Amino acid sequence: MTIAFAAMLAKIGLWVAVLLNVTPVMVWVERRGSALIQDRLGPNRVGPLGLFQSLADAVKFLFKEDLTPSEVDKPLYYLAPALAVVPALTTFAVLPFGPEVQIGGESVKLLVADVDSGVLLFLALASLGVYTLVLAGYSSNNKYSLLGSVRAAAQMISYELALTLSVVAALVPVGSLRLDDLVLYQQQGSWLGFLPHWNVFPQFIGFLVFLVAAFAETNRLPFDLPEAESELVAGYHTEYSSMKFALFFMGEYMSMATLSALGATLYFGGWHFPGIDYTGHWAIVAAKGFSVLLAKIVAFLLLFVWVRWTFPRFRFDQLLRLGWKVLLPLALLNLVVIAALTVGGVL
Amino acid sequence: MIEIGVFALFAALALVSAIVVVSHRNPVYSVMSLVVTLLSLAALFVLLGAPLLAVLQVLVYTGAILVLFLFVIMLLNVGRETPSGGGGRGQKLGAVLTAALFAAILGALLWGRFVGIEMPPLTEEYVELQPVARALLSKYLLPFEMVGLLLLAAVIAATVLARRAEKTGGERT
Repeated sequence: MTIAFAAMLAKIGLWVAVLLNVTPVMVWVERRGSALIQDRLGPNRVGPLGLFQSLADAVKFLFKEDLTPSEVDKPLYYLAPALAVVPALTTFAVLPFGPEVQIGGESVKLLVADVDSGVLLFLALASLGVYTLVLAGYSSNNKYSLLGSVRAAAQMISYELALTLSVVAALVPVGSLRLDDLVLYQQQGSWLGFLPHWNVFPQFIGFLVFLVAAFAETNRLPFDLPEAESELVAGYHTEYSSMKFALFFMGEYMSMATLSALGATLYFGGWHFPGIDYTGHWAIVAAKGFSVLLAKIVAFLLLFVWVRWTFPRFRFDQLLRLGWKVLLPLALLNLVVIAALTVGGVL
Repeated sequence: MIEIGVFALFAALALVSAIVVVSHRNPVYSVMSLVVTLLSLAALFVLLGAPLLAVLQVLVYTGAILVLFLFVIMLLNVGRETPSGGGGRGQKLGAVLTAALFAAILGALLWGRFVGIEMPPLTEEYVELQPVARALLSKYLLPFEMVGLLLLAAVIAATVLARRAEKTGGERT
């Protein structure tokens, strides 16, 4: 009991630590990455390679004057930024980062919440993210904020369908909603004898749909219309300053990390990598599983940065057309094909 | 003991937020209170041993339907402090009928317990994912498909109505 309890606290602490550090590190990566792509230097003065710049920025956010405009709807105005980080912090509970290990004679699963409908819980918690944007826009009493949040709501509802359908297709050959069963499935055997048994190979179309929908769900370029600065000042967070603004920022980067982790688990084998031996002392097994998953998350995050500084922004009608007329039919087709292949015994 | 405490907390939360839903003057606050009510109910479902129902409740109602409510309220820009007119006669009649129906259901349940009618507890068949999925696609396939058809008809009808309004508006100008 005590070992299980201590392990639970440790697992929760691990994810919270990772998620709280995602934002400052990613801000640095984003600024240096954009500088690299645009042939500039980027922040390079504070600390080695400018690494402490994010730390300085965090301190700046904490000490800036916290303005509350007089005509805002105060309870909702304060609630919105607090809600921004909740979906990202809670969804990580169902993500496994290693196999079942033995600690002092007790078997401990390396995920926080071992629930039967893991992926459903993930999607349910992630779907609450849209309230942040809607409430921020409504309570600010500002037309740009309101327009931004109306766009955000329409965009997130549209792309959630395609995202969910691609996730369902990834689960069909496994026959379970548990993410650890999904990782187990992707370890067995190989495709064509040399490729790892990852979902991304048979479900490449599903993966593309997932990826595009993930960009839309996190409001990243090329789909960052809710905060398109050339038309809406800063969209739904126009009226926010200081740490309240920083919370929206943190929420955005944390949801990027969350969807990256889901993508890595659904399509790239999660914590497992072929050729790595996952037996031995529990601490080493956990460290190996965690590092592999983290490496895959980082690869996704770098892709997010790369895409942001490469593609121009879509127009809003183009965005909705892409979601409903291209991604949704593609996701449905992918689901039907994968289901037929599974029933036929090919997958 | 902990279970009773958790139940009391979420039951109270559900009741209070449900009262706010019907009594608050700002529709946005009503929707947000409904979110709290549904999340509390989800917690109660977990306590009753039906986690699947809880997750579906959050996914379908809180994550999708109420977002649409909020979206429509924002788009229509419903006034922030609409004075409550007290409601018409139809509204009062509806309220009385609903209260009577609720009292009848509650009374029947309590009376059944009183005279000793067995209430079967939730079994795996009703709460676990795979049995529920299997039942939906075999035993209850016809009603399941009919609900799907009904929703499709509603979507088409809504689109047609929206289109028609657009067209007449265009002719007038």
